[in-house]
Amino acid sequence: MLNIIWLLLICTSVVFGVINHQLDAVVAAVTISAKVAFELVLGLTGIMVFWLGLMRIAEACGLVQLIAKGLRPILIRLFPEVPAEHPAMGEMVMNMSANMLGLVNAATPLGLKAMKSLETLNTYPGIATNPMCTFLAINTSSIQLIPVSAMAYLAAGGGMHPTDIIGSGLLASTCSTVAAIIAVKLLARLSCFNKVYS
Amino acid sequence: MSTLLFLLFVVGIPLYGTYKKINVFDAFISGAKQGFETTIGIVPHLVAMLVAIGMLRASGFFDSMSHVLGPLLDKIGMPVDVLPLALIRPFSGSAANGVLVDIIHQHGGNSYVSYLAATIMGSTETTFYVIAVYFGVVNIRFTRHAIPAGLIADFIGIVASVVVCHYLFGYLK
Repeated sequence: MLNIIWLLLICTSVVFGVINHQLDAVVAAVTISAKVAFELVLGLTGIMVFWLGLMRIAEACGLVQLIAKGLRPILIRLFPEVPAEHPAMGEMVMNMSANMLGLVNAATPLGLKAMKSLETLNTYPGIATNPMCTFLAINTSSIQLIPVSAMAYLAAGGGMHPTDIIGSGLLASTCSTVAAIIAVKLLARLSCFNKVYS
Repeated sequence: MSTLLFLLFVVGIPLYGTYKKINVFDAFISGAKQGFETTIGIVPHLVAMLVAIGMLRASGFFDSMSHVLGPLLDKIGMPVDVLPLALIRPFSGSAANGVLVDIIHQHGGNSYVSYLAATIMGSTETTFYVIAVYFGVVNIRFTRHAIPAGLIADFIGIVASVVVCHYLFGYLK
């Protein structure tokens, strides 16, 4: 998919370059942008490395477990089809906690494990179950407590108060998570998404 | 306020780690090492996206777009500059990171557009990628309502970011 988008971006710029008589500028942009891209990474690396180092300390402190404790009762209500003591429940709780802290590297393996555990409850192999869809909807709406990389980008770009986006990110991602839960629960009842069973 | 919050992270986390009897320096180094690899790893993605977006900007595409979509996007308070981010976000996290870095580079780290873009980045996900990977491991072929629900979440995330930033950071406009 990204394949097509990338190709589209490049082709569109040539087309618009011709229309707007800016073709020379388009060609010049290739060299300039490639150079800028690498320079940006150099400026970014220091602060990024610092934040991720700090987050590793937080991870070692058991911050993920702390959040998991708070999430568990909520998740039990969101997944009525999954028994509270099923391994899938614990793995989903840990995956979401790691996601909330922006620990993508820790979150993905846990999430994949959770999917495998959810599959053991699936009576129709090959067809997504309601808990799977709910889990993925919450996952793709991502509540973020600390948007580590976005903060690092702002700081590297000369931002004076990069932590300001913690509040805005939390509010916006809470909205998207609530919307995801409502959407996934409502869509699950639509007949067009249940046709595959018949 | 934000200085205090910043300090709370920088001093608070290592202090709490020490209280929890963790070798905070070693933990920091191991996380930082991984962070270094991650950052260097984004170079190819960043070059690919920045070149494509740079060409697009030079072609006058965004100027043409603001003429067409500007009045509409203005109404919902969304600057044209964050449109590429919203379009690319569901497909690739690394590409979206590239676009975000580009926006911050163009507008500066203290601008409204940068704050909005960073907020959008934090409240949306690479929906198609996550769904492909997560369903892939369990061989699910019929994804039912997972994709529509994920896209609704992304859309609401973007709208909510625009609204929240308008109220919180409107003074930067």
